[in-house]
Amino acid sequence: MSELQSLIADAQIQIAQAADLAALDQVRVDFLGKKGLVTAQLKTLGALSAEERPAAGAKINEAKDAITDALNTRKTTLEDAQINAQLAAEALDISLPGRNNALGGLHPVSRTLMRIEGIFRAAGYAVAEGPEIEDDFHNFEALNIPAHHPARAMHDTFYVDPTHVLRTHTSPVQIRTMETQKPPIRIICPGRVYRCDSDMTHTPMFHQVEGLVVDDQVSFADLKGTMDQFLKAFFETDVAVRFRPSYFPFTEPSAEMDIQCTQCQGAGCRMCKHTGWLEVGGCGMVHPEVFKACGLAPEQVSGFAFGMGVERLAMLRYGVNDLRLFFENDLNFLQQF
Amino acid sequence: MKISESWLREWVNPSVSTDELVHQVTMAGLEVDAITPVAGVFSGVVVAQIISAEPHPDAQKLRVCQVDTGASPLQIVCGAANARPGIKVPLAQVGALLPGGLDMPGGLEIKKAKLRGVESFGMLCGQTELAAGDDDSGLWELPDDAPIGMDLRVYLDLNDRVLELDLTPNRSDCLSLRGIAREVGVLTQTPVKPWQQAEQPASSSNQRDVTLNAPEACPRYLGRVIEHINISAPSPLWLRTKLERAGLRSIDAVVDVTNYVLLELGQPMHAFDLAQLQGGIQVRMARIDETLTLLNDQTINLREDCLVIADDTQALALAGIMGGKASAVSASTSSILLESAFFSPAVIAGRARSFGLHTDSSHRFERGVDFDLQRTAIERATELLLPIVGGSAGPIIEAVDRPSLPSKTPIRLKKQRLAQGLGLELPGAEVVRILTALGLELLEETGEAWLFGVPSFRFDLSIEADLLEEVARIYGYERLPTHISAFAMDINNISDSQTEKSTFKRHLVSRGFQEVITYSFIDPKLHQVFFPEQPAVLLQNPISADMSSMRTSLVPGLVATLKSNLNRQQTRAKLFETGLTFVSDTGYTQSEKIAGLIYGARQGLHWAHDKSEVDFYDIKAEVEQIFALGGVDIQLQPASDLPHIHPGQSAYVWVNGQVLGYFGALHPTCCKALDLNKPAYVFELDLACVQQGRLPKARGISRFPEVSRDIAILVDKNVQALSVQKVIERAAGEGLKQVTLFDVYAGQGIDLTRKSLAFSLLFQHSSRTLTDEEIQASMDSVIQQLAEEFNALLR
Repeated sequence: MSELQSLIADAQIQIAQAADLAALDQVRVDFLGKKGLVTAQLKTLGALSAEERPAAGAKINEAKDAITDALNTRKTTLEDAQINAQLAAEALDISLPGRNNALGGLHPVSRTLMRIEGIFRAAGYAVAEGPEIEDDFHNFEALNIPAHHPARAMHDTFYVDPTHVLRTHTSPVQIRTMETQKPPIRIICPGRVYRCDSDMTHTPMFHQVEGLVVDDQVSFADLKGTMDQFLKAFFETDVAVRFRPSYFPFTEPSAEMDIQCTQCQGAGCRMCKHTGWLEVGGCGMVHPEVFKACGLAPEQVSGFAFGMGVERLAMLRYGVNDLRLFFENDLNFLQQF
Repeated sequence: MKISESWLREWVNPSVSTDELVHQVTMAGLEVDAITPVAGVFSGVVVAQIISAEPHPDAQKLRVCQVDTGASPLQIVCGAANARPGIKVPLAQVGALLPGGLDMPGGLEIKKAKLRGVESFGMLCGQTELAAGDDDSGLWELPDDAPIGMDLRVYLDLNDRVLELDLTPNRSDCLSLRGIAREVGVLTQTPVKPWQQAEQPASSSNQRDVTLNAPEACPRYLGRVIEHINISAPSPLWLRTKLERAGLRSIDAVVDVTNYVLLELGQPMHAFDLAQLQGGIQVRMARIDETLTLLNDQTINLREDCLVIADDTQALALAGIMGGKASAVSASTSSILLESAFFSPAVIAGRARSFGLHTDSSHRFERGVDFDLQRTAIERATELLLPIVGGSAGPIIEAVDRPSLPSKTPIRLKKQRLAQGLGLELPGAEVVRILTALGLELLEETGEAWLFGVPSFRFDLSIEADLLEEVARIYGYERLPTHISAFAMDINNISDSQTEKSTFKRHLVSRGFQEVITYSFIDPKLHQVFFPEQPAVLLQNPISADMSSMRTSLVPGLVATLKSNLNRQQTRAKLFETGLTFVSDTGYTQSEKIAGLIYGARQGLHWAHDKSEVDFYDIKAEVEQIFALGGVDIQLQPASDLPHIHPGQSAYVWVNGQVLGYFGALHPTCCKALDLNKPAYVFELDLACVQQGRLPKARGISRFPEVSRDIAILVDKNVQALSVQKVIERAAGEGLKQVTLFDVYAGQGIDLTRKSLAFSLLFQHSSRTLTDEEIQASMDSVIQQLAEEFNALLR
């Protein structure tokens, strides 16, 4: 059967030499096809005796299997090579920017407001909003700031007529909420406020978030705890918070809230005027006169309120050093947030 | 309020450093804004007297002085013009260290020197060289009685510092040295020097009567004549120094003493030139036709709500605010009438501001002056004044209407309020100690409560909460307990059909929009460009004329923002803003809008995108996407009546029969007025309406095969695609699932008056497979209807 052996050897040479799948298939046809060399060998079986035939047939089949295996192995190799060639040809410059890749951005004040709202909403507060042209009653009178009260000088007020102002704080929203809603109340009031003041550190419009909690048993300790937790959550650090006595006509006792300077960690720097502390807002227990103005009985309810400047928080959080940038709306500035 | 620390320490001297004192005071609510040393850092400077000053042999401007410092005379070469024998000046001795300024942070050391060949053993100094004042005219001439050889810092108390307190309006009791000392005493538990005002006996009988014509406005007025004074006698150094350190200029001895009493006790006083007074003092409301020329030369028309001090003929002074020019003390004054009065805060509040005034006096009276202080103050002023200007004092004439004095109702403090209000457990004795140290009087104590009397200097204490704050303040806010609130769980309603404002914002951001926040007040001229016919709410007191008109739309602000960014070399923009707009109606209707603007290239410069520019269909897509967020179907109507919008490229957005806003191209005349060389496209929608979405409602889906057929027709150019689509939907019957316009063409190969529209029709039945015949019948019906209604031809 040396003929079969040489057939296999021939086939192996031709298989190895086949450069592509088509050439390989031609080898298959040449050897295993209907008119192939191996198929031709089968035809010689008829000339053999019945005793010789099975062994001879088995030999031919062995040869066929050997060639088939060799063909398959080569086929896999050639297919892999083809895929690899295709992949190599299709390789792209992945450094090119993707299509439609322009993402806009939120204004940093908006971003800050959303963050503050998110923190308070998660704690069960609702968000309340209100008008920006306010009447004197809601902006001042109901907040225990009668006409000619010296505290009005703290608010450089824009007037649209003698009894209507651009709200100087978002506190009127607290009044409007207490007028219409029964305690318990837990709200925050974000929004634009206006003061007739414009210089390096003041813009005539800015944003506040105020908060109000009214229930039957609310204490100054609750206020301290709430503000302390909020400021730590907002700055995502265990920032030191301190409370100083202050004065607002609508709260008593009243406090100013400071956080340890975010720049110098309390060591004293220019940003904190070398005090180590930064003022971030005011707060206090709701004044009984405010409850009365809203039709609530001060003996039956208690509450706290707080207010913070959003631009101030945004500046500290994102390292903005000039308040006026917020309203210049230079895209080069805004696109950083 | 500015005060000298060493003056404060004359009254109360706690053994704590300045920094610690400032910290304690700040933490008690009297915020210290600044601590300023009264002089720069220097040493080795003494009081010296110039014995002789001879011209320098070699330099015209220099003088060679012999100077007495108490030891052997020193030779000093000096260039100051006022160097002359006899005067006393500061001498920086050899070895002295002077303030060096920025370029010499270590200071300037004085050494033995030769100036043009003449030896000099030190330097004679001016104020600025010692950083102790602003006078740079020459040598600092010290008083004649300055002790020669004494260290200047000791002599002038130059180690002192000025504390600047930023007081809240409720703490009028701390607008004086005595008030601050009282507070410091309580905080540091240090005794305060007791005040014992000696009575100044009258040495003349000269007096003027006082009549209180408006006792509610002025329930107490004390007057005292001091005659035969020497108005030219200068105020002594100690007096001038204290005033200067408090930020007040020395005028003459009379004004200086009244200012001193104001600072020391908190009682604003006034002095009239007695010679200008006709008869007695009348404290009355002004008459409507009266005018008064004030000390600052301002002539004001008095109103009936103004309290004045008048004599028998005319108004002399605006009570509690400012004196009049005519009756003011002048260089020729020989006798004065001192005034020490209590004016009710209600009658002073707001009056000064209404005349554009703000004085130390009005500042105090409108916040509240101790109504028991007037006699002490006038005695104190007399005591200080007589040794300086001489003369003799007449008797004090006091007019008082006791029922009109402020009544101080005692305040009840329930003991449980400390725990309830502050969460604080404090021994009762400590509460009483704190409050009585602050000047309150314990009138009564029961098991449940204390009753405290309020001192006449505390105008801010009237309710229980005020006492809680006082206890908390002195105990220390820092030490008060902190509690993590446990609220009753209360689940907020969140609507499923309402879209949150933040969702729209984030949506627009992901579509490439940058949020901006513009001022709610705009330039009225800008408003005019956009809305020439529409009135706007105007501010009565704007920051400036170009920020005086409340916006009626967010669009002008967006366009102005675009403009300013184009000026900064941006070439394209996608901007949006949300916020209130203001209608000039009687109720000042304010509604929140969401508005956007697109301009320039559709995409930023990019390898894969062409440089095509945005057009109407880009802004339309933005509006469609906004409504798609809430699943809302919109209808459009041409918006031809908006003055700032292109009538042919715009639409009103209707939902359920209501207009929610508009979008389109900015009107070419607007673009021209604003110098925009490309069209800007804008939308503005009512936010509250846009937020109202639809709750999704599911329908069954068909399992049967879909069949798609395309059709292209020619119609007149002015036919709206939507109307064609509606006819197709109607004509195709129930098997039609969806129609999509996939091509619009006009131009070569087509009649110039016509355009080609190509639609893809998708057929699918909900319960069976559609036959070819059924679909063909539908298509035939569609073609026939389009031909009938639009004269449409198949292409």
